[in-house]
Amino acid sequence: MPRFGLAITAVALAIAAFLVVFLIVPVVTVVWVAFSNPEGGFTLSHFAGFFSLSLMRESFGNSLYVAAMAVLFSTIVAVPLAYFTVRFQFRGAILIQTLGVLPLIMPAFVGAAALQLLFGRSGSVNLLLGEWFDFSVPVMDGLNGVVFVETLHYFPFILMNLSVALNGIDTSMEEAAQNLGSSGWRLFRRIVFPLALPGYLAGASLVFIKVFDDLGTPLVLNVTNMLAPQAYLRVTSIGLEDPIGYVICFILVGFSVAAMAGSAMFLRGRDFATLQRGATSLLRRELRPWQSALAYLWIGALLLLVLSPHLGVLLLSFSKVWSYSVLPDVYTLDNYATVFQDSTRMIWNTFVYCGAAALIDVVIGTAIAYLVLRTRLPGRQLLDHMATVALAMPGVVLGIGYLRTFREVELPFTGTMLTSSWLIFVLAYSVRRLPYALRACTAALQQVHVSLEEAAQNLGAPRARTVWRVMVPLMMGGILAGFVTSFVTAAVEISETILLTSRESLAPMSYGIYLYMQSIAGRGPGAALGVIAVVVVALGTYASHRIVASRQAHNIARRAA
Amino acid sequence: MTVHRIRRAAAFALALLGHFAVHAQTVTVVTSFPKELTAAYKAAFEKANPGTKVEILNKGTSAGVAYTREASAGSRPDVFWASAPDAFEVLAKEGLLEQYDPGVKGIPEKIGNYPVNDPQGYYRGQALAGYGIMWNTRYTKAHKLPDPREWADLAKPVYHGHVAMSSPSRSGTTHLTIETILQGEGWARGWSQILQIGGNCAAITERSFGVPDGVSNGQFGLGLVIDFFGLAAQNSGFPVGFVYPSVTAIVPANIGLVKGGKDLEMGKRFIQFTLSPQGQELLLDPKISRLPVLPETYAKAPAGYPNPYGGKIRAKVNFDSNASARRYYLVSALFDQTITFRHKELAAAAGAIDEAAARLARKPNAEGEKLLAQARALAYTPIVDEAKMADDGFVAVFRDTKRSAAKQKQMTALEEHWGNEARQNYERATELAGKAAAMAK
Repeated sequence: MPRFGLAITAVALAIAAFLVVFLIVPVVTVVWVAFSNPEGGFTLSHFAGFFSLSLMRESFGNSLYVAAMAVLFSTIVAVPLAYFTVRFQFRGAILIQTLGVLPLIMPAFVGAAALQLLFGRSGSVNLLLGEWFDFSVPVMDGLNGVVFVETLHYFPFILMNLSVALNGIDTSMEEAAQNLGSSGWRLFRRIVFPLALPGYLAGASLVFIKVFDDLGTPLVLNVTNMLAPQAYLRVTSIGLEDPIGYVICFILVGFSVAAMAGSAMFLRGRDFATLQRGATSLLRRELRPWQSALAYLWIGALLLLVLSPHLGVLLLSFSKVWSYSVLPDVYTLDNYATVFQDSTRMIWNTFVYCGAAALIDVVIGTAIAYLVLRTRLPGRQLLDHMATVALAMPGVVLGIGYLRTFREVELPFTGTMLTSSWLIFVLAYSVRRLPYALRACTAALQQVHVSLEEAAQNLGAPRARTVWRVMVPLMMGGILAGFVTSFVTAAVEISETILLTSRESLAPMSYGIYLYMQSIAGRGPGAALGVIAVVVVALGTYASHRIVASRQAHNIARRAA
Repeated sequence: MTVHRIRRAAAFALALLGHFAVHAQTVTVVTSFPKELTAAYKAAFEKANPGTKVEILNKGTSAGVAYTREASAGSRPDVFWASAPDAFEVLAKEGLLEQYDPGVKGIPEKIGNYPVNDPQGYYRGQALAGYGIMWNTRYTKAHKLPDPREWADLAKPVYHGHVAMSSPSRSGTTHLTIETILQGEGWARGWSQILQIGGNCAAITERSFGVPDGVSNGQFGLGLVIDFFGLAAQNSGFPVGFVYPSVTAIVPANIGLVKGGKDLEMGKRFIQFTLSPQGQELLLDPKISRLPVLPETYAKAPAGYPNPYGGKIRAKVNFDSNASARRYYLVSALFDQTITFRHKELAAAAGAIDEAAARLARKPNAEGEKLLAQARALAYTPIVDEAKMADDGFVAVFRDTKRSAAKQKQMTALEEHWGNEARQNYERATELAGKAAAMAK
């Protein structure tokens, strides 16, 4: 039996306490409704009620279909982008990676609104097609519309995770394969992709779960025959007492946990670690001119599609009137003036809340990854599972849970209630975005071979020092990816935000966008605020890429010296 | 980490906490109204009362009710401000509203047959609202659609696939329109009309705002909207038209003082302000475009501004709010099960019926007419008939807010039954209409 340091046990207990208080208790408070009868006893009759409704069965099927199709199309978009930019000498690769992250920072409902203007039944594309060829593409109709929007919104999960994984592959593996005569598609299919599988699966399971749970996009597209909208509609129309809504919440939770567990099971018992870190010291491969032209064409086409929501929002933010026309009729700068006059506080709030939340996430994420992969603390997997459960929590459920659980809790020294202070946002965001950071940190640590730490410890470095000086620097790419994902996704979170905003002065940007978008005269300012959000977060993402790049250059230089 | 660094971090955290502290003289207002409106009132109130601050809390009506209910006494918002009267009824019933008379003179007791203020004094009308039809003039021109006048127009085949509406379960105002049609036309005729309009819809939007939003940007040709959406879009330069049909109801949008708020006096001052001539005048802003509840304010309105007191908007229906309250959830559930969730099948049936009717008009066929009549009856007859509606025991299933497991089961079973029957009817109607069309070949 190995001994566990006191420090390690303490860290594990602290994380466990954090997760129990801010995740498990609020959720259990809410989910309990699905199992309780009005007298407070236990019952399964609500589940029987759920499955007796054909509408619910249909919604269940639709949700599965949409989630699966979104994963498929996300893969088609993300895999080539990741592969080309990571493995080949390619100008502007960093730009493409940054651009590829942009969809995540656009709230889904804003993206959907913009895509309606471009691809909807009277959108720019269909107006032009109708004029030139007299036919239209129903890409935004019904379930297809949801798949289309979700794909464009969530494929970066695969792109980011896969890029990090590809960067972490030992190039000698590839070279060995090439020496043995493998190349092209076969090389990718048999060697590169299998080695990057943890990253891909982490991304794909995230896409599946997010799409399965997503509420905003189907609602904006007026698709109600799916599980999450049904839960929302039941709870908000029939009332908080309607148990079917909670049954749906429970099913969403259960299914998502199952998807996560499934991908983890699939990876179990396979070794993905390689001894050397990444391709950074090796030259990336050159493309032949025609190959490179083809790659640019493919990537260019994809990027145009991926950036269309942003383009739409940008146009909207400069437009006064845009109605049944290919482009806006009247342009104006007033929208930005309105936003800067009214809403600078919201921009600041977003930075504080999401920055703090993302910081908490990477610290806890790294700690959990370490506990799970590098110690034999009993019950360590439980921490991972607990944190991961947050992924499956619809924001509405967690939001209601927070309001119920903490409604009487007062903050020490200030006299304000926790639920009406800004800390509630930090806590809510950090809990819900923790799984992203955790996945990224775990994937990063999986690729650091344990022998590197053993070497440090053999040389006499204590555990903490090994973590700080060897492990964390080697994981830095993954940690930063985790920080960025947590930050940007928290910045556009809306369902929890709506519930937790108790005063307008506390509201973050996402709430402001939502608020503006509730009126016709407000769509312009809403779009303007959306553009500001995209620009701000894009700059942050770009900066983090630069940090990784310069760190790696610095390390190489130091090794060479 | 050094002690120094920790201390600095702690100081920073405390500074942040302080940064977000609340002002002393604050009124907190929960509202479902858009930002232009709340921003205008906030600015005007703070200007008229130096040293005060208005905190706006924008929530959907039902979320606002839930929020007020969940908060403990003393930390509740001071003022509740929203359209749907039923939200105020719920709050009043749960003892969350104060009876308060701001003592403003000049506001009539009734608009049409509808009381402007709550008879028990828990909430007061602050503005008036009517429902109407809004259309995108570019869209209607491009698709060669005539301008609509009446609800019944929306049921015409020419509008198939161009209409949008929200669901009564999603929006209190849509509920009111549905009730208005039902009360104006009678249960069976009213539902028939609603089902035909539903069949003509391109979408049943989730939010009531989805309709004016979609119409103003041209996704939909025309839709059922609350007046200020149509008027505000028109006044903001969008190419849209708006009309009040003759069967429409004008009802107040309300404001009420919350019991157990943080600052009762400030709440009173705010309500007083919104009802004062100065506060009423703010409603005339082109971006807001609401109907003031104070008749004298209309003197300051621009030419052509609709005036519900001037007899220009004819409200034919004497809206019976008791009848509406009796079947409130039932109407919503019936609409959702037979229209919202079965919209695809209903629209297909409506399309097939229109097609068959057009063909039979060109080439009459008695057998075909008979089939078509059957198809119409199947698609456009409400699943719950009038006799059943009169049964209090039946209505009670959907009425109780405290539901037992057995009641819940009964309700779910009914909904399932309606949904299935509606789908079968629509599919059968599509089939029959197809046969009828084939006979006219």
